[in-house]
Amino acid sequence: MRALWSLAVLLSHWRRHPAQLATLLIGLISATALWSGVQALNQQARNAYDQAAALFGGARTAMLVAQRGDVIPQRMFVDLRRAGWPVSPILEGRIRIDGHSVRLIGIEPVTLPAKAGAIPAIGRATLQSFLAPPGLALLAPETASELHAVDGAALRSDDGTSLPPLKSRPQLAPGVIVVDIGQAQRILRQPNEISRLLVGDVKGKHLPLATVAGDALRLVAPNAETDLERLTDSFHLNLTAFGLLSFLVGLFIVNSAIGLAFEQRLPTIRTLRACGISARLLSGTLLAELVLLALVSGLIGLICGYLIASALLPNVAISLRGLYGADIPGQLTLRPEWWAAGLAMSVLGAAAAAALGLLRVARLPVLAAAQPSAWRQAQQRRLTLQGAAAVVLFCVAAGLLRFGESLISGFAVLAALMLGAALALPVLLGFVLALGERTSRRPVVEWVWADARQQLSGLSLALMALLLALSVNIGVGTMVETFSKTFTTWLDGRLTADIYVRPIDAGQAHTIESWLRKRPDVKAILPGARADVRIAGQPVEVLGLADDDAYRARWPLLQSSANAWNEVRKGSGVLISEQLARRLKLGLGDRVIIPAPAGDWPAVIVGFYADYGNPKGQLGVDINVLKARFPKMTQSRFGLRVAPEQVAPLIEAMRSAFYLDSSRLSDQSTLKAESTRIFNRTFAVTAALNTFTLGVAGIALLTSLLTLSASRLPQLAPLWAIGLTRRRLAVLELFKTLSIALITALLAIPLGLVVAWCLIAVVNVRSFGWRLPFHVFPQSLIELLGVAMLAALLAMLAPAIRLWRMQPARLLRIFADER
Amino acid sequence: MLKVQNLTKTYRSTQEHVAVLRGVNLTVAAGERVALIGESGSGKSTLLHLIAGLDHADAGDIWLQDARMTGLPDAGRAALRCNLLGIVFQQFNLIPSLTIADNLAFQARIAGRHDPHWHDELVDRLQLGNLLTRYPEQLSGGQQQKVAVGRALAARPPLLLADEPTGNLDENTADQVLGLTRDLVARTGCAFLMVTHSLRLAATLDREVRLSAGSIS
Amino acid sequence: MSDRTIPSRRVFLGGLACLTLGWRAAAAQGFAGLGRDAAGFAAVTPGRPLLFPADHGAHPDYRIEWWYLTANLTDAQGAACGVQWTLFRQAMRPGPQQDGWDNPQIWMGHAAVTRADTHRYTETFARGGIGQAGVDANPFHAWIDAWQMASPLGDEPMRLSPLQLKASGPDFDYTLRLEASKPLMLEGDNGYSVKSERGQASYYYSQPNFTASGAITIDDKHADVSGLAWLDHEWSSQPLAADQAGWDWFALHLATGEKLMLFQLRQTQGKSRGKPAVAGNWLGRDGRSTALAPEGITMTPMATTDIANRAIPTRWRIAIPGRGFEIESSPLNPQSWMGTSFPYWEGPIHFDGTHKGVGYLEMTGY
Repeated sequence: MRALWSLAVLLSHWRRHPAQLATLLIGLISATALWSGVQALNQQARNAYDQAAALFGGARTAMLVAQRGDVIPQRMFVDLRRAGWPVSPILEGRIRIDGHSVRLIGIEPVTLPAKAGAIPAIGRATLQSFLAPPGLALLAPETASELHAVDGAALRSDDGTSLPPLKSRPQLAPGVIVVDIGQAQRILRQPNEISRLLVGDVKGKHLPLATVAGDALRLVAPNAETDLERLTDSFHLNLTAFGLLSFLVGLFIVNSAIGLAFEQRLPTIRTLRACGISARLLSGTLLAELVLLALVSGLIGLICGYLIASALLPNVAISLRGLYGADIPGQLTLRPEWWAAGLAMSVLGAAAAAALGLLRVARLPVLAAAQPSAWRQAQQRRLTLQGAAAVVLFCVAAGLLRFGESLISGFAVLAALMLGAALALPVLLGFVLALGERTSRRPVVEWVWADARQQLSGLSLALMALLLALSVNIGVGTMVETFSKTFTTWLDGRLTADIYVRPIDAGQAHTIESWLRKRPDVKAILPGARADVRIAGQPVEVLGLADDDAYRARWPLLQSSANAWNEVRKGSGVLISEQLARRLKLGLGDRVIIPAPAGDWPAVIVGFYADYGNPKGQLGVDINVLKARFPKMTQSRFGLRVAPEQVAPLIEAMRSAFYLDSSRLSDQSTLKAESTRIFNRTFAVTAALNTFTLGVAGIALLTSLLTLSASRLPQLAPLWAIGLTRRRLAVLELFKTLSIALITALLAIPLGLVVAWCLIAVVNVRSFGWRLPFHVFPQSLIELLGVAMLAALLAMLAPAIRLWRMQPARLLRIFADER
Repeated sequence: MLKVQNLTKTYRSTQEHVAVLRGVNLTVAAGERVALIGESGSGKSTLLHLIAGLDHADAGDIWLQDARMTGLPDAGRAALRCNLLGIVFQQFNLIPSLTIADNLAFQARIAGRHDPHWHDELVDRLQLGNLLTRYPEQLSGGQQQKVAVGRALAARPPLLLADEPTGNLDENTADQVLGLTRDLVARTGCAFLMVTHSLRLAATLDREVRLSAGSIS
Repeated sequence: MSDRTIPSRRVFLGGLACLTLGWRAAAAQGFAGLGRDAAGFAAVTPGRPLLFPADHGAHPDYRIEWWYLTANLTDAQGAACGVQWTLFRQAMRPGPQQDGWDNPQIWMGHAAVTRADTHRYTETFARGGIGQAGVDANPFHAWIDAWQMASPLGDEPMRLSPLQLKASGPDFDYTLRLEASKPLMLEGDNGYSVKSERGQASYYYSQPNFTASGAITIDDKHADVSGLAWLDHEWSSQPLAADQAGWDWFALHLATGEKLMLFQLRQTQGKSRGKPAVAGNWLGRDGRSTALAPEGITMTPMATTDIANRAIPTRWRIAIPGRGFEIESSPLNPQSWMGTSFPYWEGPIHFDGTHKGVGYLEMTGY
């Protein structure tokens, strides 16, 4: 009863201060929304990975994979079974249907280990039809609708192979079609081959692996991180980092709103104590109020987060597919954990933002000691502390930069740097304003500087939010522009051929090649081939390069030893992609051993090249050496050099002669456009989050100014009384706030450039493995400055207009009420 | 009703120790109206705050009816305040976000003793009828203090404490407010202990107690 | 011959039933659809002589087939134990037997060891056509994964002896050598075994005369064992009537050296509802098998054991007055439950009365 009444009394404050309540709610809502939106995206993607992993038992089941190359002969499966190994075969590959790339997974349901998902999507009743011809092709409903197909339809892949009749199963991962292994071998044209073996629970005695398979197979322990998870980790970490940043910016707002509310309610709180409410009950009531507000705004925030996630999902899905080949469904599904975690985050965030205030109430003496000078001292002390904390944080950032190696430590550098800068901001601003005050001659101007300094503590949180949002915007913007600039040039060098052909099999490759040799319009045929191996546990592509002047002239080598191309041609030298070199910590002249079917292939690194956007490491070798080392290589591809005007007719001719679809036959410009599109999508997400963050910072500024403007009257009234018009006062206020905002924005520019440098030279290198040259784009800096000033102007406009239009009576009351 | 025995209180700062109360003894009988007078800084307000349980004494005892205030933890003192005391401050201390009606009623509500009839009578006697839906900032000082007095008596406490209740009011208003307070004290039959520096106002109560140099003379 | 059905046990087990349907659904449909039309599969007809060693191998044109071995053993301390080794085959559809994944056969193996205080079992599955499981006739070699029943050095086809038997599960394994000095026994009419008056029938022969010796290991505890073993090989395309719900089957090694097989098929509907069809064969010491008159056999459950929410009759009284035979059987371990994809009770028993001995009891459809 007592608690309820005191809660009612406390809540009545918000009724009288709706703007403050709005600030608090907006802060909490935007913090929760951005954070949970990002989490929803991450969760969506992780669910998809889990489903995919569960489907082929990647994460949950131990596996046997080929030590060399990427296929295992089917005989090995039978030999292992006969030796007591509880293994089940999987054959996996990609096919194109109606232009969509789909992952085809062939399973053997009879031996599939129960824990690999217990034939996850096959009802027991459908097992017989799954096994017996024509079989079944299981797929997720969204995949079916993407392919415009219904249950029972028998699709054809774009190279003409027929698929079993479709049956949709909601449990399946999107972008996946599951068929019987026999069907998969037929569709993928890999008879008697399997990709890997799932290992179930051991059912009895079995022979050692080496006895059965020699060193052909490698056991991958269960719960080992899948390649997909490893590759996408950095992408999700990026998202999470931005989500967290937005959350923190939101909490800045919450902190300022709650701090103000506590401050304003101190007399009420004292009165409540005097009327017989104990400190503990009061703290509890305040906490309850906080939780209530956090829950309400958390819920709204979650709904907004859902909307944000839905809006961003298509871009995220496209980047993940384009960059990593990871399929995530386009329809957002949310688990109860997501809601719970979002609400918890909101409550904890609010509690963290209010912790100081709560502590103060718990320790508040009932009897107020009116000591205005103490407040000034306290502020001075706080500023000193903040400055010291900032220095410590900068040291931490420097230390992490020097000694940290992980991506997390890269982000920690950023976080320490930005937090330090935020803490240092009021100190710096105070310094600048004091300088202004000292240099100004006219009394009114002097008053403006002095007053701005006094206002600083009230505004500092909002200004910090603005500083952070701006600098992150500058940092990310610079990184994105740097990237697209570098990427375009790089792509030009990388795409040496005019037309790219990927024949269906070796036979077709041969036919096409002899067909092409007869055509006069083909200036050169650059054969290419790729083998997949593992080096130090990581998936690595070995790319065969033709010996052609085009490569020597244009291949984007970052660094190379003399005579590099000749070494490559001999097979004694390899080129290595920048990210692989970084991951394996290899330098020029180091040896790398490529596990090839014909025996280990040692080679010396003779050059680095940029390989942006490739999550896998890559080695560049001579095509003829590659063919000799990997004699059974199935995939074969080549590039053609053709005069520009011949490109379209040649493609048309090949299309009609060999029925090649766009996945197997494309020209340089299409490839270029496609790659650029994927990259733009990747950064679109970051840019969108950035905009949200800037928006939140703008709101922070607005609400801070709104709450401040009411308490500003006692400072303004005397000026009005000595003869300044309300209009003049309003203009002065406007000018003052804008100059503070401008100083903040100017300070954000160097900080933003440091952030950009961190992103390019630290975070990018650690998450993707490539380093970009650093460019500054002054035009975008000026644009952003303009945007910041506009935001500050908009935020200031309402309070200024209110001041301009204020009734003199209200100003008069200031004097009447002054106690 | 109230019994204070050998109460001492010393304020400590880094430079000095100021002994504000040095063994104060004071008794207020039920229904008795006592004025506590003394020079500025004689410790009147400190004594009142200790009686109200808003501060700790260093030694000595305070009994409210049968309850010993001294030695209780914060929650216990808060409960005593809530059940036995009404307090009026010099600064009115109304809650700015509540209407006059709610301000008037809320201590009784917190104490769980809200009585609509008594509430109406208070409104009547204090002439607050047309102010009930307003907020404290819209009221004059005298009006605010009347609300504060009403709030303190809304739960019909056995003891009303007042700390310079008219210190912020002009003489006429002060007389009017104190007159109303005396009437209400008589109406509820509660004891009344008022700190004041005004001998004129002190003379309107049953008894005067003078505090000087930290003890009752 | 009304309701006169020649014994056929374990019929239901030989198939996809275990994969596709739970027991209740199976019962409703007459054992997992095996009561359905057999069109397209090879028909079981009277007068086909069984030819060995060829008929020891698989008969993929028929829908179902099994090789089934049970052994009653004792260890060096004289403690009784039992071993079961079973290989089932079912064709999912009639048609050509191509190699590779299009092969229509599904194979299933069951293995178990039973002691008085424990019962261990496991199962495994395989597709045909790829070599993971199969049965060759000559030399005899039946296998699934690393389990096998085989005569690697060649066998005497008419005795199917000697054989090596091995299987292992998560917590047990066994290896046995089986030898028989007496020839195979053809069940029914020279191996043509009629299942109901509606024409269901199977080809069926047994080797009940094995002596067994070898070792079993349970939880890494090794024990040398020896005793008696019984092998059945049966194949058919539609052996069960649609209304047969389950059965209780006995294979008994009498101390006298005689062998007795008995079973009853419990009906779900039809005119004989509630009255099970009983049948049996008596194998004399001279190696002659005699079919017993059903009306001369009574099988009475004496006590049940609750297992997996079912009441399983684990003690029986069996009386064949015409043979002066009246015994009561007790299980070595009442909890001999095969909790496999298609669960049933199967375990070693011993019996007392006018005759003494050991044997195996199988009960399905509870």
